[in-house]
Amino acid sequence: MNDLCQRLSRDLDGTFPELVGLLRQDIYSGLRRLYPAEAEDLTQETLIRAYRALAGYEPERIRQLQLRGWIWTIALNLGRNHARDRARRPQPVEYEDRHPKIDPEPPDSVAWDRRLRGLPPHQRQAVVLRHVVGLSYPEIAEVVARPEGTVKADVHRGLQKLRQIMEGEQ
Amino acid sequence: MTIEDRLHGLRTAPPARVDRAVLLGTGLADGFGLFQSPIGQVIVTFNTDGVSSVDLPDEEAFTRFHQRFGRQLIEARPPRGWDRWINLAIERGTPGELPIDLRVVTDFQRQVLEVTTTIPRGQVRTYGWLARRVGKTGATRAVGSTMARNPLPLIVPCHRVVRSDGLIGNYSLGGNDRKRQLLEHEGADPGGLEELAGRGIRFLGSDTTGVFCLPTCRHARRISDNHRVEFRSADEAAGSGFRPCLVCSP
Repeated sequence: MNDLCQRLSRDLDGTFPELVGLLRQDIYSGLRRLYPAEAEDLTQETLIRAYRALAGYEPERIRQLQLRGWIWTIALNLGRNHARDRARRPQPVEYEDRHPKIDPEPPDSVAWDRRLRGLPPHQRQAVVLRHVVGLSYPEIAEVVARPEGTVKADVHRGLQKLRQIMEGEQ
Repeated sequence: MTIEDRLHGLRTAPPARVDRAVLLGTGLADGFGLFQSPIGQVIVTFNTDGVSSVDLPDEEAFTRFHQRFGRQLIEARPPRGWDRWINLAIERGTPGELPIDLRVVTDFQRQVLEVTTTIPRGQVRTYGWLARRVGKTGATRAVGSTMARNPLPLIVPCHRVVRSDGLIGNYSLGGNDRKRQLLEHEGADPGGLEELAGRGIRFLGSDTTGVFCLPTCRHARRISDNHRVEFRSADEAAGSGFRPCLVCSP
């Protein structure tokens, strides 16, 4: 990751596709769980915003970046704004086939959407960032601007709650 | 399987269209599509700034694009509404509403290409005329090489720019025959022009108005045969008491 930042700072256009290759699955998988309907648009927008931000940074700033955490700050900001705009606008009638799901999804994907909806927002976010995306606790604490201990507790309680939900299913 | 493993199993790659949209959205790649033109199918490339190139769709087209622009090409639909603008621009031989991206050329070349877009359909101008129009009289060769490097042939109508001696001159998009074909398609009568040029005639005047024009100017074409006067040079016309046309400024 450090080496990637070095190269991004020297040749942004030549190296950026590598960043996309490295982080696309992280970003999409996380956003897919947090904002199911908009995950695809948000993933695109996150990466485009990241590129534009990098294009405006001094090389030194790029070399110092903690890429994964930094890009998740962008992604979560976009997600929040999206959710807020959505809440303000009257929603158009959505038809079942408007976004045909032609892409492969994990087998129990829909069940997980329902289970995760059962968690309070902070716990859901912490669980997804830790166990779907794979961020470290210090990275999550930085991204969500909450103390590391609080994040750990959120993940712990979130997992407990998920276990309860799944037991209730049987 | 633990709940942590099952959460990890939810990792999934985004559809490939996300990568394409990112490359297009960041400007790291241009989109391309195939369009019909009077000289057959052409490949048109575009990005968020505008249409960036028009080329022949042969096997080397991608390599040429990459060498000149340093970006990738991805098959994509142009932004909403551009489809129609691209077709109109090709048909009319001028950009019209269509945004064009001329970042790849120098400021001088951009000026020359912008003046080129004002040459009316079915008419021709000379390299020297363009040089005068951008305030660089004598920069005929630089204008010639600008035409040769025009990234947007058909849309920036360099086929309407001919040699000062009246010969059709070169054409970057497939050679002189294509240029002649395009001019004929627009009703410019390249054969007639070359016939005049062969006799050394460069301007036509009307003895009723006392005005002289470039041979393809719409005013020159209205002159009836018995009032038509032929000139070899602007000096000769001026010496006979004729003034230059305000439309084509010969």
